Amino acid sequence: MSTETPEAPDSPPHSPAPDRGSRFTVRSALIWGAVAVVGAVAWGVIALSRGESISAIWLVVAALGSYAIAYRFYARFIAKKVLEVDDTRATPAERLDNGTDFQPMDRRVLFGHHFAAIAGAGPLVGPVLAAQMGYLPGTIWIIVGVIFAGAVQDMVVLFFSMRRDGRSLGQMARDEIGPVGGVAALIGVFAIMIILLAVLALVVVNALAKSPWGTFSIAMTIPIAVFMGFYLRMIRPGRVMETSVIGVALLLLAIVAGGWVQESSWAPAFTLSPQALVIALVIYGFAASVLPVWMLLAPRDYLSTFMKVGTIVLLALGVILSAPMMQAPAVTEFAINGNGPVFAGSLFPFVFITIACGALSGFHALIASGTTPKLIQKESQVRMIGYGAMLTESFVAVMALIAASILDPGLYYAMNAPAGLLGTTVESASEAVNNLGFAITPEALAGAAAAVQESTLIARTGGAPTLAVGMSEIFAGVFGGAALKAFWYHFAIMFEALFILTTVDAGTRVGRYMLQDTLGNVHKPFRDVNWKPGLWITSAVVVGAWGYFLWAGVNDPLGGINQLFPLFGIANQLLAAIALTVCTTLLIKTGRARYAWVTAVPLAWDVAVTLTASWQKVFSSDPTLGFFAQRARYSAALERGEVLAPAKDLDQMGTVVVNSTVDGVLSIVFALLVIIVVVNAMFVWYRALTSTEPLGSSEAPAVESKIVAPAGLIATPAEKRAMAEAGSRE
Amino acid sequence: MIAALRRAGSGVLWYLREVSGEADYDRYLARHEREHPGTPPLTRREFEKRRMDRAQEHPQSRCC
Repeated sequence: MSTETPEAPDSPPHSPAPDRGSRFTVRSALIWGAVAVVGAVAWGVIALSRGESISAIWLVVAALGSYAIAYRFYARFIAKKVLEVDDTRATPAERLDNGTDFQPMDRRVLFGHHFAAIAGAGPLVGPVLAAQMGYLPGTIWIIVGVIFAGAVQDMVVLFFSMRRDGRSLGQMARDEIGPVGGVAALIGVFAIMIILLAVLALVVVNALAKSPWGTFSIAMTIPIAVFMGFYLRMIRPGRVMETSVIGVALLLLAIVAGGWVQESSWAPAFTLSPQALVIALVIYGFAASVLPVWMLLAPRDYLSTFMKVGTIVLLALGVILSAPMMQAPAVTEFAINGNGPVFAGSLFPFVFITIACGALSGFHALIASGTTPKLIQKESQVRMIGYGAMLTESFVAVMALIAASILDPGLYYAMNAPAGLLGTTVESASEAVNNLGFAITPEALAGAAAAVQESTLIARTGGAPTLAVGMSEIFAGVFGGAALKAFWYHFAIMFEALFILTTVDAGTRVGRYMLQDTLGNVHKPFRDVNWKPGLWITSAVVVGAWGYFLWAGVNDPLGGINQLFPLFGIANQLLAAIALTVCTTLLIKTGRARYAWVTAVPLAWDVAVTLTASWQKVFSSDPTLGFFAQRARYSAALERGEVLAPAKDLDQMGTVVVNSTVDGVLSIVFALLVIIVVVNAMFVWYRALTSTEPLGSSEAPAVESKIVAPAGLIATPAEKRAMAEAGSRE
Repeated sequence: MIAALRRAGSGVLWYLREVSGEADYDRYLARHEREHPGTPPLTRREFEKRRMDRAQEHPQSRCC
């Protein structure tokens, strides 16, 4: 975000005490007044247009205006008053600089790394699914949520981890809350990882099933990555850019070639059922976890990062240049009655569960307490890196929401309702969409599929195909026209699948290391990450765990996304609850109790959302919403030997019963974990607040910093002067 | 105008080299020169091999 303040900073980088509020200048007041007015006008347009469609530009302006104000004022308040960032204090990167794990990294480069690590398919998928409630609830949550919850969490976790030499979230939970909190955090992290991988893999399966074009293109990414790996290892060590350029060129060729394959006699070989794709993905995940990283994982990561950033920039340009009109209603009746076909449940709490990444994502706390705190140059940079990168991710989510909302709502529901509801023909899908209260003719549905050269678009759930159709619409409007629509569609599918698979690779490996570390307590050799039996066993366990949910999701007659996505959202928000609890605990224990609301308010909100959602998922008597009500309904029918739609036979009835039992039990476990962590922390808060003795500090000792570097993206004149004095260059 | 474009171009190149890790070796050489002057540094091939081995031990998770 280039929202750096144009005015001079209040304190030169070397002044020891944080400043006393902003200096008021007429120029800055005028600029920020203008930003506020423009943002407010955009919000006004969004709020007041009912029944007529508005341009997507208003959403972009409202988002950017709000981000700018939030970054300028709220993030600055948090940095200066709440956290009291202190640039005279050396960061772990400076104190422990060893040229590898710890080293001061340029803030702009670190921003890029951090952003690439936090942003993936999540901000693209969640908003698309949440669009079933209309674009308004999602937009408000994405923007308000990121400002007051998501970006705050990322920044505060980053700060506290940085002050503790880069301790992980799990370690901080154990140190600050106690062993029970620590164990709950560990289980939470592992559980969310498994569900996350399963849901993301399910998105890929739904995007590739029955699509030889997509399957071929994605399959080709494996030999391309292996080629890049060998090239980097054997031929041109370290020439990452050159290798990436070759890789991206091959990738684009693979997308084009997918179109040829679809027309050729090879097509049947790449037309895979969802079940076959699951098996392929599980084998792939296992291989990626046991192979050396240089061979597959690292080159894939380069490819996917370049593609990710490139495509996001392209999407932003496309939205701004083509200024599409929003076709979706602002709010649909599903927001109130909770009977939406994409996922069950009403606006509260399910919008806030469905859109995690982009608004508030607990997973980010793992990144913000991972490598980033070990590389940050100056304390003040937590604002740009923690808060700024999350704002950027939020903007990606807004664009995904736009891409889904510029589609004809009839097409949206025909793509996102479960197959059991829509049937398999354009006629049955058209009728089902009409029954939902929207309209699309069978011809229009067939035409939409033909335009992107897919055999069908019916029930292509998971968000990725919808986003790809939306993006192809936007891109084709700016670059290349209708002729290139099929290319852009498959380009979008490819880019999503590419970085989802990168997440699957990396996540499987991280999960395996966590498991190896835990099992190492029982049997020592497991701890050695290169010990072959341990490596094989733990990889198989992790792959088996997500593979199970993936398999269940693919075979679930009720639709895997419909059943599993809420669970994924709950797991992610559970992790956010743990992270915000750790932050609040630390604010209280480090003498910042009067500002504890900064993380306690989002925590209260997040706990309310997570527990309400869990409560409904466990106790709701509505079988489409409550897992146990669903289980009771289907098992009663099964005993009578009846088959309930959308199940087609008794086997499928059995599948529903098993899946709803597993999902229901998981919901209970997740809710209990949240309650354990929060209640445990509350005792810690009480003790800390009533303690008369000074509390021990878990911070690393303060050492004076010698590095002079700017806090934000663009160096202010005073920062430039200070850098010139110190002899450091940008 | 041309000077500004050239500056922008070299800025982009600098950024890409830094972000992709391609510049890590240059930084290593400078550091090696500073801390162990007179001793031969690792070759690029050896350095990159160690860098990958390190990545092997510390996988970075990617979020959703």
